[in-house]
Amino acid sequence: MFRLKGVKAKGILSIPELTIPAETITCIVGESGSGKTTLLRLLNQLDSPDEGEIWFDEHSFNVTDPIEWRRNAVMVPQAPIMFKGTVEDNLQIGLSFADKPTATDEQMKQALHLVCLEKNLAQDAENLSGGEKQRLALARAILMNPIALLLDEPTSALDEDTANKVMQRLTAFSREKNKTLVMITHSRHIADTYADLVIEMKRGMPHVNGRNVQ
Amino acid sequence: MNATIDLLFWQLAAAYLFVLLLIVIVRIKGIPREKDILIATIRMTLQLILVGYLLSYVFGHAHPVYTLLLVAVMLAFAIRTIIKRAKGNMPAAMKRIIVLSMTSGILVSLIYFIGIVLQLVPWYEPRYVIPIAGMIVGNSMTGIALGVNSLIEGMHTQKDKVEATLMLGATPKVAARTIVNQAFDSAMLPTINSMVGMGIVFLPGMMTGQILSGTSPIVAVEYQIAIMLGIVGSVSLSAILFVQLGYRTFFNHRSQLDL
Repeated sequence: MFRLKGVKAKGILSIPELTIPAETITCIVGESGSGKTTLLRLLNQLDSPDEGEIWFDEHSFNVTDPIEWRRNAVMVPQAPIMFKGTVEDNLQIGLSFADKPTATDEQMKQALHLVCLEKNLAQDAENLSGGEKQRLALARAILMNPIALLLDEPTSALDEDTANKVMQRLTAFSREKNKTLVMITHSRHIADTYADLVIEMKRGMPHVNGRNVQ
Repeated sequence: MNATIDLLFWQLAAAYLFVLLLIVIVRIKGIPREKDILIATIRMTLQLILVGYLLSYVFGHAHPVYTLLLVAVMLAFAIRTIIKRAKGNMPAAMKRIIVLSMTSGILVSLIYFIGIVLQLVPWYEPRYVIPIAGMIVGNSMTGIALGVNSLIEGMHTQKDKVEATLMLGATPKVAARTIVNQAFDSAMLPTINSMVGMGIVFLPGMMTGQILSGTSPIVAVEYQIAIMLGIVGSVSLSAILFVQLGYRTFFNHRSQLDL
C-alpha cells in the first residue's frame, strides 16, 4: 500500500496523511487544478514531494531506485504518447524501456482485448484515432505486468459505452491479478461503480470516502 | 602563377560602396535590417584590422605563449558566443559542459593535427597554428551552438514524450535518446553540408584565400582536405561530448525531468 505523510508538493498538494491500499481499485476525483495529477506523479516518482515522505509497503521512496520503481508502478498520462512504428512496436516499447523480455503475439492480443482494441498488430499506430491511441497506451502499460497501474483519466477520449466496457475488463483483470489500480477520473459514475476507495481532491487536500476497503 | 594583387585603398573603398548600395536597396524595400548590416560591417572591419596588426606582430615574434594565448582567446570567445546565443535560460551545469566539450574537442583535434598531420616544427609556429585553430574553433562553435539550441528546444517541446517514456521505467538516457541524436545531427549538419558541397557548390574560404594569395591550387586543395578532416573530427568530438553530457543536466538525481 501507498502511505503519504506530511506531503507538500508544487504549492498545490498538502496531504497530512493518506493511505492507498494495495491490490484494490482507487479512484481520484476532483476539480481541475485540485492536484490529482500531481498526486499520481508523486506515486510514480516522476516528481518528488517538497516536504514529507511516501512509502510503498515498508519501502520509503527516498531510498528506492526511481527507475526500478516506475517499472513496477507504471503510469499512463492522460494524453497518450505514441512512438514511431506499428501497434506492435508501441506495445513492445514499454517492455524494452523497462529491460523486460518481449511479449508474444498472444500476450499482445490479450492486452489489446482487455482494452477493447481489436487492431492488427502491423497497423501504423499514428493512424489510430485519439481514443484508440489512449487504449493502446493503456494496453502497453498492462503488458508490462506491473504491481501498480497509475492511470490519468484512462477513458477520457472514449465514448461512454466503450469507457464502461474498458473499465469492466480492466477492473476485473486488476482484481484477478491482484494489481493495485489508482486512476484519476472525471466520471463520478466510473468512480462509484468500480472503485473500492474514492479520494476526492479539494484544493490539494484529499478527502477519503471509503467503500469496501479491507 | 600570377603575382598577388595587393588591394589599393580605392579598391577596398569600392567594396564598401557595394555594401552601401545594398543597404540603400534594403532600406527602399522596407526591410528593417540596414542598421544590423551597417554595424556588422563596421565591426568586421575594425576586428579584422586589429587582428591583422596583431597577427603581423605575433608572426614576427613567434613564441609559444603568444600562440597559446591567441588560441585561448578564440576558444573563450567561441564559448561565450555559444552561451549568449542559446535560447532561454541555461543552467550553470550546461555552461560547464559546453566549456568542457568545446575545450577537449578542439584541443585534441588541434594537437593531433599539429603533431601528427602537419608535424610542425616548432609546434607553436603561429603562421599555421592560428589560422588552423581559427577554422577548427569557428566550425565547432557553429556546430555546438546549433546542438545546444536543438537539445534545449527538444527537451522543452518533447517534454511530454520524455516524461511518458520515464513513466514506463526508461532511464533518462533512453528517454532522451531521440533528442540527443537530433542535437548531434544539428551540430554536424553545417560541416557535413559544407563537405558535400565543397569543390562543386563552392570553393572553401581557406582554399580560395590561398589561391588568391598565389599558392598552387593543388597545395591549397591538400591543405583544405586536411583541415576539413580536422574540422569534422573536432566538431564530432565536441558534439558527442556535449550531447552525451548535456542531456543529463535536464534530469535530477531521482531521474526526473527538471526543466
